[in-house]
Amino acid sequence: MGELITKANIADADQFYEDLIEAHADLSEDESQALNSRLILILANHVGDMHVLAQALHAARAKAR
Amino acid sequence: MFQDRYPLAFKLYPYERSADQDQDAVVRHPVVVMGGGPVGLGIALDLGRQGVPVVVLDDHEGIGMGSRAICFAKRTLEIADRYGCGDVMVDKGVVWNIGKVFHDDRQVFEFNLLPEEGHKNPAFINLQQPYFERFLFEQIQEEIKKGAPIDVRGKNRVEAVETFDDHVALTVLTPDGTYRLEADWLIGCDGASSPLRGMMGLEFDGRVFQDSFLIADIRMKAEYPTERWFWFEPHFKSGASALLHKQPDDVWRIDFQIGWDVDRKEEMKEENIRKRLDAMLGEKIEYDMVWSSIYTFQCKRMEEFRHGRVIFAGDSAHQVSPFGARGANSGMQDVDNLGWKLGLVVNGKAPESLIDSYSEERIYGADENIRNSTRATDFITPKSKVSHQFRNAVLDLSQDYEFARPLVNSGRLSMPCTYDGLSLNGADVLNGPARTRVGSPCPDAPMNDGFLLDHLGDAFILLGLNQDVPEILDVDGIPIKGMRIDTSSAAHELLRARYLGSEHSGVYLIRPDQHIAARWETYDQAQTVHALRKACGKD
Ligand SMILES: Cc1cc2nc3c(=O)[nH]c(=O)nc-3n(C[C@H](O)[C@H](O)[C@H](O)COP(=O)(O)OP(=O)(O)OC[C@H]3O[C@@H](n4cnc5c(N)ncnc54)[C@H](O)[C@@H]3O)c2cc1C
Repeated sequence: MGELITKANIADADQFYEDLIEAHADLSEDESQALNSRLILILANHVGDMHVLAQALHAARAKAR
Repeated sequence: MFQDRYPLAFKLYPYERSADQDQDAVVRHPVVVMGGGPVGLGIALDLGRQGVPVVVLDDHEGIGMGSRAICFAKRTLEIADRYGCGDVMVDKGVVWNIGKVFHDDRQVFEFNLLPEEGHKNPAFINLQQPYFERFLFEQIQEEIKKGAPIDVRGKNRVEAVETFDDHVALTVLTPDGTYRLEADWLIGCDGASSPLRGMMGLEFDGRVFQDSFLIADIRMKAEYPTERWFWFEPHFKSGASALLHKQPDDVWRIDFQIGWDVDRKEEMKEENIRKRLDAMLGEKIEYDMVWSSIYTFQCKRMEEFRHGRVIFAGDSAHQVSPFGARGANSGMQDVDNLGWKLGLVVNGKAPESLIDSYSEERIYGADENIRNSTRATDFITPKSKVSHQFRNAVLDLSQDYEFARPLVNSGRLSMPCTYDGLSLNGADVLNGPARTRVGSPCPDAPMNDGFLLDHLGDAFILLGLNQDVPEILDVDGIPIKGMRIDTSSAAHELLRARYLGSEHSGVYLIRPDQHIAARWETYDQAQTVHALRKACGKD
C-alpha cells in the first residue's frame, strides 16, 4: 500500500501548470468540466491504489467549504 | 364483492372453499404464507418438500399479467434445480452472454459475460416472470402428488392479523365471506406494497429515485441478436436511457427512462408508446404490444425481517431498483435461507432463535443488493451535474480505453452473497480458495456423474475431499450425510481447483441451502458436531 505523495514531485512545475491551462484553451465551461472529469479518471486509474486515492479525495475535500 | 386488483396471465389455483371455512373452531396451521408471488410459491415448495404443512393465501387465482422480472441468475436456477424445476426454466429461457453499450449514436464497447466453465447452469437466463412462477407452481403440484402437504388457496385475501407470542391470528376474505385462521408462523411474501407491513405498523422509508421508466414488452420477428443492448442518452431520443433485451416467444423487453414529471396517463397511451418505439426501432419494423407499464422504484429494507412469529421475505422485506435484476433473484435467496431453518424449528430440532439468523443473513444480503443497485441507478440516472459529467467522461473514455469499461455500470449481474463473519459460521481452518470460504454458496463443478450441486442440498452434507467421512452422522436428530470425493480423477480437476486450491485434502460442512458452514483439512467428529450445532443456532 502506497502513501499519497504530498512533497513536490513534478520536475518542471511551471511547465506542467502551463500545459494544464493550455489543455483547456478555447473550451467552453462545460467542455472544460468534461476534460477535467476525463483527466481525473485517467490519473486515478494510473494511481490505482485505493488507499492513495482515498487520501487524495480526502485532501481535496478538506479544502471544500 | 371480491375484486381482482390485476388481470391474470395464468389462472392456476381457482377459488375453492376450504374445510377450514366450515369449522366451528379456528384451525391452526404450522405455517401460513401470505402472497403467492415467486417468493411465496418458492417458500411453500421448500417447506412442502420437507414435509412441513404449509398454506399459501393469495388474493388472486393465479399469476398476474405483466412480465416484470426477466433476468434470472445462476443462483436462482440452482435453487430451482434443487426443487426440481430448474431444467424447465433453462429450457424455456433465453441464454445470453453478449452485451453492448451505446452512448448517443455510437457503440462505446461490447462485453461478453464469458461464463466460467464447469457449471450446470448458465450465468443468466431471460424468462418472463409469469413463466418462472408457473414453473414453481407446477413443481408444487408435482410435490403434492408425491405427498407434500402444500395447500395454495386462490382468492384468499388476508385482511387483518393479530400477533401473539406463539402464533398469529388471521382474518381472510374470500368470495364466500371471511373466515379466521391461525398460524404458528406467518411468512409475509405479499410484495413491495405489503399490506401486512401496514397491518403491523411496520412501514419504513427508503431512498426514492426521482425517475420513471416505461417498459414495453413487444413481440416482433426481428433480426436483432440475442444480446443486451443499453443506450445512454440515445440519439433516437426515446428516453434518457434505453434497454433492449430478448425474452422467449419472440418477445423483447424495451425499457425507456422517461423522467420524473411525466403525465402517466398520456405516456401510457399506445400511440405515444409506439412513437418512442418507432424512433428507436425505425418506422419499418412491425411489432405487437404485449404488455407495458410505467414504474418508479425505491431502495429500502425493513430493519428486521423477523417480528416474533411473523417473518418477511422478498419484496415485502426489501426493495431494489431493477438494475442488476436483484429483486426476484434475492427473494429466491431468502427462500433458500429460510426454508431449512423454519423446517428445523417447526420440527422442534432447532431453537426459535435460528430464525433470527435468517434476518441477520438476509439483511446482509439485502444491504449488498441495495448497495449494488443504488450504484447502478446513480450511474444510469445521475442526480447532479458533476455526477452526469463524470458518467459521460467514463463513457467517452471507454470507447478508446479499456480501463474505463469496468466503471460503466448499466446494472451488475446479481450474485449470491457470502455471509462473511455472521453468527452461524463455523471454523474456517482450511487454507483453501477464497471463493469457498465459510459463508459462501458452493460453486458448482463437474463430476464423473453430472455436477456437484446435484449431490448437495436439502440436508447437511459433509464433503470429504480425499478424506474419509462417516456415511451418516446424527446430531440431536439432525442427519449429516457424508460424501467422499477423490480429486485425483481428471474429471474432478475443476472441483479440486475450486475447493482445495493447493491443499491436499479438505472437509466441508455444507448447509441444506448449499452455503458452506465450516471447513477443515481433515475430518474430526467433535469439531463437526460443534459446527453443526452452531449452524443450527444452538451455540
Ligand atoms: C419492471 C420490473 C423489472 C424487474 N426485473 C427483474 C429482474 O429482471 N430480475 C429480478 O430478479 N427481479 C426483477 N424485478 C423484481 C421482481 O419482479 C420482484 O422482486 C418479485 O416479483 C418479488 O416477488 P415477491 O413474491 O416478493 O412479491 P410479488 O411478486 O409482488 O408477489 C406478492 C403476492 O402477494 C399477493 N398479495 C398481496 N396482498 C395480499 C393479501 N392481502 N392477501 C393475499 N395475497 C396478497 C399478490 O397478489 C402477489 O401475488 C423487476 C421488477 C419490476 C417492477
